[in-house]
Amino acid sequence: MSPLVDIRDLHFGYNERPILSGLTMQFERGKVVAVMGGSGSGKTTVLRLIGGQIAAQSGSVVVEGEDVARLNQASLYRLRRRMGMLFQHGALFTDLSVFDNVAFPLREHTKLPEAMIHDLVLMKLHAVGLSNAASLKPSEISGGMARRVALARAIALDPQLIMYDEPFAGLDPISMGVTANLIRNLNDALGSTSILVSHDVHESFLIADFVYFLSQGRIVAHGTPQQMRESEDPYVKQFVNAQADGPVPFHYPGRSIDELLGLTARHD
Amino acid sequence: MIDWLASIGRYVRAGLANLGLQMRTFGAMLIASAGLIRRIRLVTDQVHFIGNYSLVIIAVSGLFVGFVLGLQGHYTLNKYGSEQALGLLVALSLVRELGPVVTALLFAGRAGTSLTAEIGLMKATEQLAAMEMMAVDPLTRVLAPRFWAGVIAMPLLAAVFSAVGVLGGYVVGVVLIGVDEGAFWSQMQGGVELWADIGNGVLKSVVFGVAVTFIALYQGYVADATPEGVARATTRTVVIGSLMVLWLDFLLTALMFS
Repeated sequence: MSPLVDIRDLHFGYNERPILSGLTMQFERGKVVAVMGGSGSGKTTVLRLIGGQIAAQSGSVVVEGEDVARLNQASLYRLRRRMGMLFQHGALFTDLSVFDNVAFPLREHTKLPEAMIHDLVLMKLHAVGLSNAASLKPSEISGGMARRVALARAIALDPQLIMYDEPFAGLDPISMGVTANLIRNLNDALGSTSILVSHDVHESFLIADFVYFLSQGRIVAHGTPQQMRESEDPYVKQFVNAQADGPVPFHYPGRSIDELLGLTARHD
Repeated sequence: MIDWLASIGRYVRAGLANLGLQMRTFGAMLIASAGLIRRIRLVTDQVHFIGNYSLVIIAVSGLFVGFVLGLQGHYTLNKYGSEQALGLLVALSLVRELGPVVTALLFAGRAGTSLTAEIGLMKATEQLAAMEMMAVDPLTRVLAPRFWAGVIAMPLLAAVFSAVGVLGGYVVGVVLIGVDEGAFWSQMQGGVELWADIGNGVLKSVVFGVAVTFIALYQGYVADATPEGVARATTRTVVIGSLMVLWLDFLLTALMFS
């Protein structure tokens, strides 16, 4: 079966600054695929390209057989109804209650009676353990809870593809474990495909079937979490073992400290 | 010299591009408004919300402007022995000019800034992006209801302003100074034309409603997604909105009453 998302030779940049170059990735159906890399490596940009929020300069992003960049707004919106996205900070609507946030996509896209929406929302909230928080406002819940409400909202329409942008960032260890389990369990229960953008090695390796490593807009390694742990690739080793120095230098490139302090003569 | 010319060219080009983007957004929002016909509740909720925001400040300002008109009008008219015309002067000043203009300026400062900050923060916290990813167009769901609510609320608020202003003029002119009550009301009734004065005043406030509300929404929509960006956008709403109201008022007055 063809992969749900197929990215081929993708190039993307802002003005002259390249962000992604020559990216080729496949996201197989039913799998949890982690896209990992340091800050600024272009991970979130991959999600935005798949969602059609931005368009690449060259190459293609094909989701469910449709080239995302070539779709008009109506077709793109039709495709997005089969996608769910969890934003880094949840992006809950602050003027709506937890219940209304989860009900939002159902009310916008279905003509279900209010009684059925009520039951569906409570079931989604129950799946993330927050059915008793339905009446609270987003300002009244913690960051980890907000992330879970956003997850309930993202799965409200039972999407085929769920994208997670840094779902573990800023969470305490308990919330992190809870979120990781939810991602895996929801993916399996809904029979969907999940793309997990993260830099958290431990949690991501625990739940991912496949991992792509990005560095400076290129894929530097890919494989199963086990293969990545055993990888001899210097970048992967540095990342997985959290070493301060390696292919990703500790110091911002430029002149040496001796030169900056004027301790050595400059050769120019 | 060449650099100077080039910088003027760049400035003009950027200005035109910005204007083009504004007009495109305006057009797209009007087209997106078609979806509101089946969901009129989204608009009425916002009318309630935006109207409530501004009602107190508009009513209180109207009262004080009416007081001042009563005092100043009486001072001038008294010199010519025509203080009976005070009611007419107060009413005409309010329905033709001060009602629509001051309401629009206050609206820009009260509801406009709040709209800009709301939309700007929705953008900064990725709420608009989340909505787009849920296949819901923010132009239809967020901007258009607020726009029409502003267009509907503005003439209603201007009417409140003028009505309270007339009462203010009455309190100062008739109750405190002692102008004849019958003359105050009958001159007003006889001299104010329904279409020429009140109709044009309402038309003015509808135009101001379109301008101020769209400026507020647009500034929020294109704000940089940072706290500074939202702060700058809010300031721009007041500055551009107020100047636009005064400029449009001059234009409309010239067209309507010249």
